[in-house]
Amino acid sequence: MNPFAALLFRDMRLATRAGGSAALALAFFAAVATLVPLGVGSDPCLLSRIAGGVLWIAAVLAALLSLDRLFQADFEDGSLDIIALSPLSLESMSFAKLFAHWLTTGLPLTLLSPVLGVLFGLPPAGYAPLMLSLAVGTPAVSAIGAIGAALTLSIRRGGLILPFIVFPLLAPAVIFGAGAVLAALDGLSNGAFWLLGAFSLVAVLLAPFAAAAAVRLNLAG
Amino acid sequence: MASIFEFANPKRFMNLSGAILPWLAGVCVLSLIAGLYLGFTAPPDYQQGDTVKIMFIHVPAAWVAMMCYGLMAAASLLGLVNRHPLADVAAKTAAPLGATFTALALITGSLWGKPMWGAYWVWDARLTSFLLLLFLYLGYIALWNAIEDETRAARAAAILALVGVVNLPIIEFSVDWWNTLHQGESIIRSGGPLISAVFLWPLGLMALGYTTLFFTLWMIRIRTEIIERRARAFQLGLA
Repeated sequence: MNPFAALLFRDMRLATRAGGSAALALAFFAAVATLVPLGVGSDPCLLSRIAGGVLWIAAVLAALLSLDRLFQADFEDGSLDIIALSPLSLESMSFAKLFAHWLTTGLPLTLLSPVLGVLFGLPPAGYAPLMLSLAVGTPAVSAIGAIGAALTLSIRRGGLILPFIVFPLLAPAVIFGAGAVLAALDGLSNGAFWLLGAFSLVAVLLAPFAAAAAVRLNLAG
Repeated sequence: MASIFEFANPKRFMNLSGAILPWLAGVCVLSLIAGLYLGFTAPPDYQQGDTVKIMFIHVPAAWVAMMCYGLMAAASLLGLVNRHPLADVAAKTAAPLGATFTALALITGSLWGKPMWGAYWVWDARLTSFLLLLFLYLGYIALWNAIEDETRAARAAAILALVGVVNLPIIEFSVDWWNTLHQGESIIRSGGPLISAVFLWPLGLMALGYTTLFFTLWMIRIRTEIIERRARAFQLGLA
């Protein structure tokens, strides 16, 4: 097996087996989405209107909170040094890790989102845009989050700093993602979906380089 | 850690900045005094009344806040590529100043917004992107403070600043887009009537004052940081 696939499958196994974060991220996603109606009230009109935005925010939070161990666990037990010695470049390594993160959080979140959409009374026209926007946009969350995870990997008890430094950078994904759902509900065509795709592509393309630079500086010390 | 060679260049900086600093501070004080005087004696605007004078302390703060992020990113790039310790110090010390000017722009903006829009805060595109800019600054500072090792913190923060500078135009664009989607053209747009000379002079002077204030404070902070590092290196040498 080539080293990229080996690392990808290893990270996916780690995320899905005991102590992994994939199932917890899903549960967290559902928990946040459950808390919102408790906070803002159960008015069906309001809930169906904010469904897209709430599910997007919940997805971003769930993805971000499962990111802090992306590099840190491997850094602490020394696996990251071994991986750095392998023929895999740090850039490919970062890409494999963020891809594995997306496959174990972004993708399941996307698949779960219609169920939560039902709870929010999302109109039928909203389901396809919701799933499509999450499918296209969550890779950007994993990618930008991976930069944050690599930057903070040497910080112990850095749990809150990662979401904090990353969230302003993710504003475009939330805006375009939730905007795509709203636009579909209103029957507007405004390119939100394509803008989201463009943002996601750029993020996924550039993030491995930034993340690799951050990992490199942390291994150098 | 700190070796004597690291301060070879900072020494030249210390000499140069020591010579420039009084002049810079002088220009700053004079232009702020002149700008404030002209600003307060300017006639009230026919539409906005006396509240237009908030512009003189608000707009330059926003300009300096944005300029500061650019300078911080440039310094970060120099620090990352050329491994120049002075650039790291420059980037580090610029961040709290940038955050302060951003906060100042937000506060004066919301004070201006109350009489103009009837609310201290509206989710206007500019306000929102400035709020995100403030969080970018705070995240940068938080990252720097969280990493103990000085050089490692400098590199990590530099990468964050560069990612931020790539992303800032996208954030700006997305917030603009979001705002037009949600509220339409309910926001007062600047650049409507041509700004007259009675307002332009104090605005220009205040911009000069704010800019020189920023550079004065930045220089003082860089000098303080260098002296602090010297003191630390000296103490380590004694121990």
